[in-house]
Amino acid sequence: MNQGRNLFRTLVLILGFAFLYIPIVSLIVYSFNSSRLVTVWGGFSTKWYGALLRNDQILNAAMLSLKVAAISATLAVVLGTLAGLVLARFGPFKGRTLLSGLTTAPLVMPEVITGLSLLLLFVTMEQIIGWPAGRGMTTIIISHITLTMAFVTVVVQSRLSQMDDSLEEAAMDLGARPHKVFFLITLPIIAPALMSGWLLAFTLSLDDLVITSFVAGPGSSTLPMVIFSKVRLGVSPDINALATILVAIVAIGVIVAGFTMSRQQKQRERDAQMALAANQQMIESVKKG
Amino acid sequence: MKALLKRAGLQGRSVVAAVPYLWLLLFFLIPFVIVLKISFSSSLIAMPPYEPLLHWTGEKVLQIKLNLGNFAFLVEDNLYWKAYLNSIWVASVSTFFCLLLGYPIAYAIARSNPSARNILMLLIVLPFWTSFLLRVYAWIGILKNNGLLNNFLIWIGAIDQPIQMLQTDFAVYVGIVYSYLPFMILPLYANLEKMDLTLLEAAADLGCKPWQGFLKVTLPLSLPGVRAGCLLVFIPAVGEFVIPSLLGDPGMLMIGKVLWTEFFNNRDWPVASAVAIVLLLFLVIPMMYFQRAQDAEAGGVHR
Repeated sequence: MNQGRNLFRTLVLILGFAFLYIPIVSLIVYSFNSSRLVTVWGGFSTKWYGALLRNDQILNAAMLSLKVAAISATLAVVLGTLAGLVLARFGPFKGRTLLSGLTTAPLVMPEVITGLSLLLLFVTMEQIIGWPAGRGMTTIIISHITLTMAFVTVVVQSRLSQMDDSLEEAAMDLGARPHKVFFLITLPIIAPALMSGWLLAFTLSLDDLVITSFVAGPGSSTLPMVIFSKVRLGVSPDINALATILVAIVAIGVIVAGFTMSRQQKQRERDAQMALAANQQMIESVKKG
Repeated sequence: MKALLKRAGLQGRSVVAAVPYLWLLLFFLIPFVIVLKISFSSSLIAMPPYEPLLHWTGEKVLQIKLNLGNFAFLVEDNLYWKAYLNSIWVASVSTFFCLLLGYPIAYAIARSNPSARNILMLLIVLPFWTSFLLRVYAWIGILKNNGLLNNFLIWIGAIDQPIQMLQTDFAVYVGIVYSYLPFMILPLYANLEKMDLTLLEAAADLGCKPWQGFLKVTLPLSLPGVRAGCLLVFIPAVGEFVIPSLLGDPGMLMIGKVLWTEFFNNRDWPVASAVAIVLLLFLVIPMMYFQRAQDAEAGGVHR
């Protein structure tokens, strides 16, 4: 009986992961295909990587996307942390429901709606106060912050509500001011959540097509916009090469993050053991003396 | 002194709350008001391409012109109705298949041994970290006539001629299920993982067969996870643009595509705004439902 259940579990997992990973693996395999027809194998070749590196349009778009992603992820982490803190720690207050609604709505809001509404806001603002003048990197960054801070808020809020707040209370009882408690106690504890929030915001920003298309001006094409206009015309091998590079970066990032986290975990365990050993020694010396 | 500090502390708190609050009000809530406003104006060949609603005519006379024509247009032209209904249908079918696929996976992971769980969940969310656009693009190579799937089916002898799969509704379903599967699995797993397994033992002691235990204990208890997962897939899928335009038939009516075309190709901003407002009306109830579920999941109000 138990064996049957194990077999079922393994089968489900194999099929599920095959479904999730076969498309990605196929992208990688065909990026090394020398044939221009992406799905007809014409021998091993790395020429599409060379073609990619000589494609100025893609390189410029990639640079713009990386800049936008780095800036908007950083600001989204600041704003998202504040929002998460308010929602998890400030208790009930007037307008809390609205704030929590405003932070969860961007998670599911169809992107065509968010994109259109942000564009109309920017146009109206330009008419009334003259800022932002035209559309480009600034409007893209503002839009990406608005989208990604919602994800950061969810990550931070759930981390804070899992976290034991007795440490914060102890610091408060000992006379620490709220901002000191936040920077000395809360922030170090939730730092890993902030890190994963930043990475999430960065990836989402790097990947966004729909909202960006609405709020980008002429001459500020991000990487997804260039990719979209290319793949609309069909498969093209240099996009496969680009996908492979992105997958490799993500894989390396995840391995490094996993490695550092497990090392930190081990360090913490070692510290705890040392503290325990020191305690033991002290007890023994007291006994002897 | 103490009172002063307390007041300062309180003020500090309100500054902390005010910054994200004002940001979201300005860049998320107010834009919808503007969309609503522009949906009532008429289109104009200018930049921006719509007529202002408010007009100062002469001295201190404010004229407000509300144009309901855009909404009337949406009702009259049955293209829009078809697009709305088709989007809801496509999103529902995709959500159903997401659940059908996601539930067994989430269940299998939640019942694996604890050391394997984290790695398996990492593998579930890992594709989400690579570009969504490129993952949809990968399906073009798989589904097209001389693509991987057709070649495979011909090779095993299941078919002689390639089947048209790309540019069909089938391809759009596959694309949506594939892209949104992690969103279904995450809340389901979170729910199934924290379930108290002694309940199942109790059910077994009372004579429940394993499948009865599943139907009478596990499934009802996991309903909040099912609900959260379905909403997380359904709501964005209704307005999906990328997947139907890359994988679907060019003539396929999806409301996200219609809005895009009105805006970018026809440059009719007022009609695009009206399309967005009606889409929002369709989604406001599921969204409020989702927000309540999300708030309950996050532990609600702390303390």
